[in-house]
Amino acid sequence: MDNLSQALNAAIRLIVTFDRDLAEIVFLSLRVSLTAVSLAALIGLPIGAALAVLRFPGRRTLVVILNALMGLPPVVVGLIVLLVLSRAGPLGVLGLLFSPTAMIIAQTLLTAPIVAALTRQIVEDLWTEYEEQLRSLGATPSRSIWTLLWDGRFSLVTAVLAGFGRAASEVGAVMLVGGNIDHVTRVMTTAIALETSKGNLALALGLGMILLSLSLVINGAVYLAGDAAKRAHG
Amino acid sequence: MESILPLSVENLVYRAGGSNLVDGISFKLETGLRTILLGPNGAGKSLTLRMCHGLLQPTSGTVSWHGRNASNEVLREQAMVFQRPVLLRRSVIGNITYALALRGIRRSHRTNRAVEALTRTGLGAMAQRAARRLSAGEQQRLALARAWALTPQILFLDEPTANLDPAATRQVEDIINAMHITGTKIVMTTHDIAQARRLADEVLFLHRGQLLEKSTAEHFLNEPSSEEARAFLKGELLW
Repeated sequence: MDNLSQALNAAIRLIVTFDRDLAEIVFLSLRVSLTAVSLAALIGLPIGAALAVLRFPGRRTLVVILNALMGLPPVVVGLIVLLVLSRAGPLGVLGLLFSPTAMIIAQTLLTAPIVAALTRQIVEDLWTEYEEQLRSLGATPSRSIWTLLWDGRFSLVTAVLAGFGRAASEVGAVMLVGGNIDHVTRVMTTAIALETSKGNLALALGLGMILLSLSLVINGAVYLAGDAAKRAHG
Repeated sequence: MESILPLSVENLVYRAGGSNLVDGISFKLETGLRTILLGPNGAGKSLTLRMCHGLLQPTSGTVSWHGRNASNEVLREQAMVFQRPVLLRRSVIGNITYALALRGIRRSHRTNRAVEALTRTGLGAMAQRAARRLSAGEQQRLALARAWALTPQILFLDEPTANLDPAATRQVEDIINAMHITGTKIVMTTHDIAQARRLADEVLFLHRGQLLEKSTAEHFLNEPSSEEARAFLKGELLW
């Protein structure tokens, strides 16, 4: 209880004073996670929809693998990206390790399977309803995929939000490939981990509350926007 | 495009779950007549319709159009309206221009054709409404407007009024007749004898996957030749 009220105090103090360092951390967190989720959506939405519509040998296996990838441990993704981007790794020459770009790459890899797997389920349900009509109208498979993505847009927002939730909350991948370097790669979750390990529990909890509030605001805004659009277009 | 009719069906079989749901049906449909596939539920009407339209692959047998196999060119001359209309989450007019775009109609022509189809089906004032927000009857009329805008040579309808009240049914039947008058071949399934009486020029009576009768509506409705058809017309329960 004591810790919680102290945390609340710390959070309020952080927000009221609008600490420069804190602002930097918040903006980097948002930049990394939102960029990663945007890329994950660009990759995951078409792949998920294609997997729902196209019929080819090995499709079921792919669906199972994709669903399993939703549970990919962030640390493992971080480790793989670390190995690839490290100086001795295949993409070492790019010198991206311990940069925000490396963090974006890791979080994209982490969230794209989530977006793709949820998209596959949503679009497949829609396809059972639409298939005969679209085939009757003469829609090609690729045209059907875009039509289904557009018609499923209100449900697919949830898939993308699930990806964002994963990106904003994970610490393992960004810690490994970013390194939690102050003013360079420190984000909310790595800062929380650091403050916790230093014993600053109240500050850590305060940061956590800010992170939670940000997530609430983003989800709330998306929900309201989606609701308005849904009311307009059915 | 030259005529794709007559539609010839030879020995059509659809097998599923160990039994022949459509069991060796053959017929030939000429242009001009409104053809009703009549029969109780499970007779194989919808399956037959879907195989004709190319949505289902028959287990065996052939569907041919003026002696040719189905192709994209032949499909372009067909349209189908389903029991539950499948409308896209777009505006009313957007649903029609989408279908026209799939047929490769030039963008500048789409809106005019769509508005014309909406006007003919009494939906002109609703063009900008969300299609999914329409009533059931309006949705089915929109499905018909979409089909009409494609100016098909043949229109398949699968129990299009099964979910509608009498007033909406009347409107849908009026549109079907209007399309018939403008030269579209009508092929429709129903289990409703009164509807067959109102719309049919020609009746194909199906029962348990077999075509028991094919004759003019007048002949079938007044003096059916099969025992099953007599029972069906008397309102006895067939299965």
